[in-house]
Amino acid sequence: MSVLSFFTWCENGSLGEAIRVSKWLFPVIESFHLLGLAVIGGAVLVVNLRLLGFGIERQPVAQLWRDTRPFLLGSLTVMLASGLLLFTSEATKLYYHGAFWLKMSSLLLSILFTFTVVRRVALADPRRVGPFRSRAVAFISIVLWSLVGIGGRWIGFS
Amino acid sequence: MLGFCQWLGNTPWSVALHESILAYPVVESVHVLTLCLFLGLVVMLDLRLLGVTMLKTPVSEVMGRLAPWTIAGFAVMAITGSLLFYAIPVKTYLNIFFRLKVLFLLLAGANTAVFHRMTSNNMSEWDQDPVPPLRARLAGGLSLVLWAGIVVAGRMIAYNWFDKEI
Repeated sequence: MSVLSFFTWCENGSLGEAIRVSKWLFPVIESFHLLGLAVIGGAVLVVNLRLLGFGIERQPVAQLWRDTRPFLLGSLTVMLASGLLLFTSEATKLYYHGAFWLKMSSLLLSILFTFTVVRRVALADPRRVGPFRSRAVAFISIVLWSLVGIGGRWIGFS
Repeated sequence: MLGFCQWLGNTPWSVALHESILAYPVVESVHVLTLCLFLGLVVMLDLRLLGVTMLKTPVSEVMGRLAPWTIAGFAVMAITGSLLFYAIPVKTYLNIFFRLKVLFLLLAGANTAVFHRMTSNNMSEWDQDPVPPLRARLAGGLSLVLWAGIVVAGRMIAYNWFDKEI
């Protein structure tokens, strides 16, 4: 089964059909996707601004990582679930849309980067992580997550 | 007000922005993506006020260190939002979701003003508390609800289900 035929299969399912037919469902799911966007932005920024040296100071990065992690995971779950629903309603269109593939690849990279590199830097002994490395990691992380958002917004234009 | 919107919509720059191929989508994208910066950090502060995250960090630290980013984010939101209204004033003014959004924005503004007024004197008493007093939790919870309403109403402006004909 090719990727395209898988996408077409998703779109022809009853779920995708229901979302397409309904006037309300797509905007409502989109709204959840946007609310998740705000929370994920906050959770990512609290840790990364701190790593950049512009955020909350009187708290170890490790503590901020642990404090924001449930909200990162929670918002990521909402984003993936609502995103999947939006996907099923227009999967074939997305297959031919460059922005969709940009979004998916940067999403994969963002998740991998956050839960390996960012996590390790956040939990490491701050005396052993130089400010340059912290800042570089935070910068890359913010760029990767921004690409996900830009790709997502771009999907809407066409 | 409708007359003003009609006049505004006929100004050359409003027409140009509305009909532009690039500028309008760019302004709209900046408006949506700044949500991460502005609302993301507001949500984290509200969650701190509710006593559900960063319990070991003083409220003043969360508020103070994030404030420059929230203020900058709000400025971007206000500017891009005004431009979006400026591009399509009449239709937006008549849109029920736009009116709801403005109402929620005013309420969110009032909530923030009341919170700052009530807490400016005695915040040092509970600054370090993991769970702040009830009035602070109320302010945080109300802010979350109102901003969620603002986001949803904002999204719905694009869907003109209830548009009135002039």
